[in-house]
Amino acid sequence: MSEPESPELIDSRDIDPEFINQIIEAGADRIRSCIQCGTCTAVCPSGRRTAFRTRQLIRKAILGLKDEVVSNSDLWLCTTCYTCLERCPREIKITDAILTMRNIAVREGYMLPPHKNISKKLIKTGHAVPLDKANQVKRKKLGLEEIPPTVHAHEAALKDVVNIIESTGFRDLIESKGKEG
Amino acid sequence: MTETQTYSFFLGCVMPNRFPSLEKSIRVVLPKLGIHLEDLEGASCCPAPGVFRSFDENTWLALASRNLALAEATGNNLVTGCNGCYGTFKEALHDVREDPGRLRNVRKILKGIGINYQAKIEAKHVIELLNELGSEGLKPHVSRPLDNIRVGVHYGCHLLKPSKQRPWPKTQKPTFLDELVEATGATSAKYKNKNLCCGAGGGIRGSNVPLADDIAKEKLGNLLAVGVDAIINVCSFCHLQYEQAQIELNKELGEERYNIPVLYYTQLLGLAMGIDPVELGLNMHLVDTSHLLEKVEVQS
Repeated sequence: MSEPESPELIDSRDIDPEFINQIIEAGADRIRSCIQCGTCTAVCPSGRRTAFRTRQLIRKAILGLKDEVVSNSDLWLCTTCYTCLERCPREIKITDAILTMRNIAVREGYMLPPHKNISKKLIKTGHAVPLDKANQVKRKKLGLEEIPPTVHAHEAALKDVVNIIESTGFRDLIESKGKEG
Repeated sequence: MTETQTYSFFLGCVMPNRFPSLEKSIRVVLPKLGIHLEDLEGASCCPAPGVFRSFDENTWLALASRNLALAEATGNNLVTGCNGCYGTFKEALHDVREDPGRLRNVRKILKGIGINYQAKIEAKHVIELLNELGSEGLKPHVSRPLDNIRVGVHYGCHLLKPSKQRPWPKTQKPTFLDELVEATGATSAKYKNKNLCCGAGGGIRGSNVPLADDIAKEKLGNLLAVGVDAIINVCSFCHLQYEQAQIELNKELGEERYNIPVLYYTQLLGLAMGIDPVELGLNMHLVDTSHLLEKVEVQS
């Protein structure tokens, strides 16, 4: 006879009831109706090859285990393919819930270094993937304008973009010292 | 004959800055079908839904609304050729239309840079415009039928989902893109797990290349198993993913196992319309397209 697994205890001090309310307010309004069927985990392309378990994440969110959820980098393994949202028998907006949890994680200072870098690119250039020299050459060869008619070609437009980024507090969010980068 | 339609062409990041051949193919093909494209001057990143919407929803929504507002000011609807940008605009419009508070907030932010935004505009995908013409509308333009070509079609997630906010017939197994592909004369091959995600989205391509490549590997393997001449996509980010993943997977393996040419739909259609492959940028791809081009009997 093997010993029964020791039950995992949840300390009431780890429970933040506001966490689930924030997720509900942001759009995943049916999340409390989750029946833990596991369809989300079964259809997840990321969960098939990583430790990412959507069902578990939803359970933890409902329990209010905010710190555990936002500090775990597994939260960043979702590709946002929306398959779980499409298949959920309770029609829970699972992908939206994950996006909200990620927003909270970032506000708490948890951000992966490459994500911080891509944000810095956006703040500097208005693009997540700015033009480089090699592609400028390709554009010319193709007979396209060397500099595309985006913010790259319009200084005033880039200023407007930066202005928005500052007014929403995104610059401060990215440039503040985080817990992972 | 329908009248000429005019759209503001939203480029995004990956298309103009990494795969300008895709942009070129759209600019060459659409006008020949009566769809006129106007440059959307001063647009930024959409911003990318997987990353920036994950980081800060308010910033994502404000920047997306700015891009939509720029198009709205021209009086045109917006068209994009990237599923990620399409997803951003569809969701951004849905969000402000569902929630007047969000609309008010966005309008206030945009007012700060002198933009008046009504959220009356529509955002469409290049494929949506071509689907409105339909196979029957495209066939008369096909002068070089690609009868001997067999391809694997990849729709991409954000083109189709969330399905409640998309214009396509409600089904888990869409066929509209296969039909547009077959209008060129090519055959759309059946293959396993066809609706699998490319693996790039959600910030994965930027932060976790091994995971991105492992997801891509599954579909690429399924395509190799049935034998195709190309993989056809309609998203600049899926395109980047399948091009880059094949190079990376081969490097890891030490052999050239993955060598499926990756074509954007308007590149395939352009070939069938008799357009020079060089004009479609097919000589600029990461995965060599020459074997495919030999098969369509053209010299690149």
